[in-house]
Amino acid sequence: MIQLKKRANPSVLMGYLAPVIALGMTLVAGFLLFAVLGVPIGEAFKAYFIEPVSDLYGLAELGVKAAPLIMIAAALSLGFRAGIWNIGAEGQLILGGICGGAVALAFYEVEAFYVLPLMCLAGIAGGMAWAAIPALLRTTVNANEILTSLMLTYVASLLLSFLVHGPLRDPDGFNFPESRLFHDAATLPLVLSGTRLHIGAPIAILVALLAWVLLSRTLLGFALRVNGDAPKAARHTGFGQGQLVWFSLLFTGAMAGLAGLFEVAGPIGQLNPVISPGYGFTAIIVAFLGRLHPVGVVFAGLVMALSYLGGENAQIALNMPLAVTGVFQGMLLFFLLAADVLIHYRIVFGQERRA
Amino acid sequence: MNGESSMFVLIALTVITAATPLVFAAIGELVTERSGVLNLGVEGMMLTGAVFSFLCIHVTGNAFLSLLVGIFAGMVMALLFGFLTLTLQASQVATGLALTIFGTGVSALVGQSLIGVAYEGLPKIAIPVLSELPTVGPLLFQHDALVYLSWLLVPAVAIFLKRTRPGLVLRSVGDSHDAAHALGYRVVRVRYIATLFGGGCSGLAGAYLSMAYAPMWVENMSAGRGWIALALVVFAVWQPGWVLFGAYLFGGITILQLHGQGIGINVPSQLMSMLPYLTTIVVLVLISLDQGRVRRNAPAAIGQVFRPTT
Repeated sequence: MIQLKKRANPSVLMGYLAPVIALGMTLVAGFLLFAVLGVPIGEAFKAYFIEPVSDLYGLAELGVKAAPLIMIAAALSLGFRAGIWNIGAEGQLILGGICGGAVALAFYEVEAFYVLPLMCLAGIAGGMAWAAIPALLRTTVNANEILTSLMLTYVASLLLSFLVHGPLRDPDGFNFPESRLFHDAATLPLVLSGTRLHIGAPIAILVALLAWVLLSRTLLGFALRVNGDAPKAARHTGFGQGQLVWFSLLFTGAMAGLAGLFEVAGPIGQLNPVISPGYGFTAIIVAFLGRLHPVGVVFAGLVMALSYLGGENAQIALNMPLAVTGVFQGMLLFFLLAADVLIHYRIVFGQERRA
Repeated sequence: MNGESSMFVLIALTVITAATPLVFAAIGELVTERSGVLNLGVEGMMLTGAVFSFLCIHVTGNAFLSLLVGIFAGMVMALLFGFLTLTLQASQVATGLALTIFGTGVSALVGQSLIGVAYEGLPKIAIPVLSELPTVGPLLFQHDALVYLSWLLVPAVAIFLKRTRPGLVLRSVGDSHDAAHALGYRVVRVRYIATLFGGGCSGLAGAYLSMAYAPMWVENMSAGRGWIALALVVFAVWQPGWVLFGAYLFGGITILQLHGQGIGINVPSQLMSMLPYLTTIVVLVLISLDQGRVRRNAPAAIGQVFRPTT
């Protein structure tokens, strides 16, 4: 019989160990999955974890994939700490891509230095506007932000699909659902020539640092932390529940919008019907894996970026379905949530004798 | 039957098929929530139910067995959720999200070999004599078995919750787990059962999508219906009768989106497809306007972790 015994104090050690335990368990479960699918474990390991990052290009790709995850997850972890569940970051990302991309297309003939900053602002504004809807509905009529932000994600991806099939479609594009390719003035500068690593990567690190300072060094951060455990106590910090909701959603919306703009102005270079492989959802896992801590999120973002790269490489090398990535990500979050139990409880095997 | 009424019947029939999966998913989640558990994994449970039931019908050809497999798949997912949130006391919100991410991945993986596979759909069962009636016959008495089941399930759940002792226990666990625990009820066990019921219903809802509504397997085919079902429970202020009404309302909107062009609404298809999602938001807002009504009816202990004191 397995029993849970409450610890007198939450274990700090387990707080750090839980993600490691969860990663280990995901690996074991993953290898079992490969065994079932009939893939030799050695080859699977190589395809997932070694080959994708065995050269400079691969490492740069890791940064390309990790950047949006880190930006969004760092912002999400602030809100999650406060018990404000914005799970529509994917939609906010798409709106950022749409708005920023629309600016790029509007200035199609203009090759000026101000085009890119303008696109960034539009991307941020788009993401914030999309996040403002659930914030408004939560603060005025107390409508559940989980459901509203998620519904808006479906609306956003339909809106993108409509735009690239219609108004924003490339006039010379043989009716393909794509916009024109952005000009050089409207694409992100690269950090590492010969790769796709763009300035989004260093900016993502800056965002994580900013979020960390906000969380640990400001009163607002304190209020967010308190709100998760005791909403009534948080009011005594001077920040009302409404303000925290607005801040959490707008901040995530801004970062998700910027991440979306970086995708269309960076690796993609145009608007097409699918501008994200679910970064907004994966960022939720990144936030938890990073312990809802902006610095932890950086490491977690790299791990999850590897899961995307590994998934893509395994599809080519081993003919594995891409869906395996989603299975891995889901399992990781399960194991993490299970391992978190060790923070507050000890596991006792057998019946413990009563005193 | 004249042309106008047959057109009406045809549209009504499609509304019923679109509403049925929502009825199952929402009524199951309603029972789960009434026990105080918020399972946000409905979407993931629906997708696993959809893919495994379709896999079964493809392999065995036995529709009844396939529906059972769909229910079972949903229950396995719910058991996973229950173990994490009820036994290990993990956050219900985070675990529910994990369930949806996991279910989406698993169903896409399992469904890889099922893309393009054809199935003629669940057989219709005409009720003798009654199905011969003009208009009413085809409207009410010529459906597949699951439509009838959905009509029976809703009043059954309503009676169970309101008029039976186990129903009372379930509600008391959802309203105050500490009081229920003090009275000697097994809070965790009741919640496991309610969660499993919800999972089974979601699995059945998914099975209906792949075996009757579509009928085929498409990756991510639930397209947010699990989340709409969650919103329906709020819309219904946790009352079974309103779930039925809400599901048919949404079924109607889904059909409007499919047939919009046919009845002369000239709007791009993507914008029409936004309708169910936008309606969900509007409906949530309207229902939330009356906070008193929501608060009176919401299970008081919903989403809270139960830590037994002794």
